[in-house]
Amino acid sequence: MTTVADAPVDPTVERRRAVQQAATASLRRRRLGSRVALGLCWACLAVAVVPLVAVVAYVVAKGLPAWNLDFFTHSTTPEGIAGGGVWNAIVGTVVITTIAIAVAVPLGLTVGLFLAESDGRPAAALRFTADVMTGIPSITIGIFGYIAIVRNFGYSGLAGSFAIGFVMLPVIVRAGETAFRGVPRSLNEAAMALGARRVVVPTALPGVITGVLLAIARGLGETAPLLLTILGNEYLQWNPTKPMESLPTLIYSYSQQPFADLVQVAWGAALLLVVVVLILSIGSRVLAGRLRKERR
Amino acid sequence: MTVVDTPAAAPRPARRRWSLPDNGYRAVLAVAAAAVAALAVWFLVSMIVQARPAFSTLGFSWIVQKTWDPTHGRYGLLPFILGTFEVTAIAVVLAVPIGLGTALALAYLVPQRARAGLSTTVELLAAIPSVVYGLWGLIVLAPVFRSTVEPFLTSVLGWTGLFDGPDNGVGLLLAGVILFVMILPTMVAISRDVLAVVPNEQVEGAIALGATRWQVLRKVVVPGARSGLLGAFTLATGRALGETVAVALVIGNSPYIAHSLKSPAATIPSLIVNNFGESTGTELAVLFAAGLVLLVIGIAVNSVARWLVWSAAGSDVGAATR
Repeated sequence: MTTVADAPVDPTVERRRAVQQAATASLRRRRLGSRVALGLCWACLAVAVVPLVAVVAYVVAKGLPAWNLDFFTHSTTPEGIAGGGVWNAIVGTVVITTIAIAVAVPLGLTVGLFLAESDGRPAAALRFTADVMTGIPSITIGIFGYIAIVRNFGYSGLAGSFAIGFVMLPVIVRAGETAFRGVPRSLNEAAMALGARRVVVPTALPGVITGVLLAIARGLGETAPLLLTILGNEYLQWNPTKPMESLPTLIYSYSQQPFADLVQVAWGAALLLVVVVLILSIGSRVLAGRLRKERR
Repeated sequence: MTVVDTPAAAPRPARRRWSLPDNGYRAVLAVAAAAVAALAVWFLVSMIVQARPAFSTLGFSWIVQKTWDPTHGRYGLLPFILGTFEVTAIAVVLAVPIGLGTALALAYLVPQRARAGLSTTVELLAAIPSVVYGLWGLIVLAPVFRSTVEPFLTSVLGWTGLFDGPDNGVGLLLAGVILFVMILPTMVAISRDVLAVVPNEQVEGAIALGATRWQVLRKVVVPGARSGLLGAFTLATGRALGETVAVALVIGNSPYIAHSLKSPAATIPSLIVNNFGESTGTELAVLFAAGLVLLVIGIAVNSVARWLVWSAAGSDVGAATR
């Protein structure tokens, strides 16, 4: 050390000061680092929200001008012919999805109840299967629909329902299980003590409704399975044993057209689909929240 | 199944007309469960059976061959396998850091009041149909990429050789970016859930030791949620690998191996969806086989992801975005 000799320095004070300085420097450095890193997190949030909001904004801005009475009441027309709509696609989507729901919801909820009440290997295997099924590529489900139905009975709305039901099924199973599992055991036991067999269903209703609505929302937007199963139909068709049109497949084919009026129809159909899907998703949340509150 | 709920000696309550007898009730549940299991098996078996002709007539080498030329009996799948992985890689490379940052912000930084609203918004966006993202990518984003994004990237990063060739708009890069936007909500929703279950005591302990907020996140929260995060990323990867229509709309659908990020390419799903209508015989069997390859990849990726997420945070995580 080269300090002045005539002023002896207490080594403890010296050390304390050094430690203090080091701590302050470290804190300053860490605070700066923290601020930068947290800033980056905020930036990520912004980057995530911007494109997602942009998609919705564009769909509204481009789709709304396509909406008029003809859009909802007339079937599709070839390019250059005014007055066309998407009525045939709306009918197709409604019929296909309704049939899929009618089969997948009861079946899925029953299996969900089974999983909620069972433990052990088979149940765990089934649970895992259902979870993996939610993630398998939907195009392969389209291939399955083609192999199982189209090969034997031809292209039809029913083949589409089969594929869409297959997409929705695991979602409903897992949502149902989660909802049924949420029923307090004490409630179940109290009811059984009173002579009832199960009280699971009414108590689980909010969760069940949420799950089913989300599954419907998912089924409505599935495109790939329908591209391989329903063939498409430019005319109005209510009969599900015949080829049908649907909103997602219409968006897919029209968006690739070089004609501005058909692309316009695609935007209008996209807006319709987004509105319905968002209403279902938001509605399921609101409904679930309200039912939960009532029960308290 | 063993029925254990009612001792045989106990007097059974009078049956209401609408309620199934207990044994019947259990039987119905078991039958439904068996039906779903059978459906899954039927799916797998029929895919394998229908794909078999491709393997029996062509062997296995076509999977790694480079030339797709059905009119001359060449069914090389390699360009599509590469395309699938390249597009997925672009999406994941963008989505991992941005998704993690967003999830951290949503779980720990955003004020409590705004948290629910923002989280719901992100989850809702996972519900938007993929064909809508494809439409947006093709009509809105592709021209912007052609006129602005690709020239800019070429001028800045052209030396890497990744941006050779003309500015097409549609191609690998656009498909990857669209996929990134699509898988982001999934990634964020699940990551947020697994980040939120890191025990509070650990967080408080770290704060007590003088850690800054970032250090808490970096050294306690993220490592604590590591396997769950890995699961979330794997799950999003699985979704990206299997996405069909959005990619088919914006990738340009070229059956050649891409030599630049701007080149048009194709993926296994886009190959199937574009060729399915006109195919017969061997080509159709090849498409089934390509679907089987995709299915195997999808099942593998999803199994790993589910296992990781389950072991990290229980089996109900991410229910909102399924």
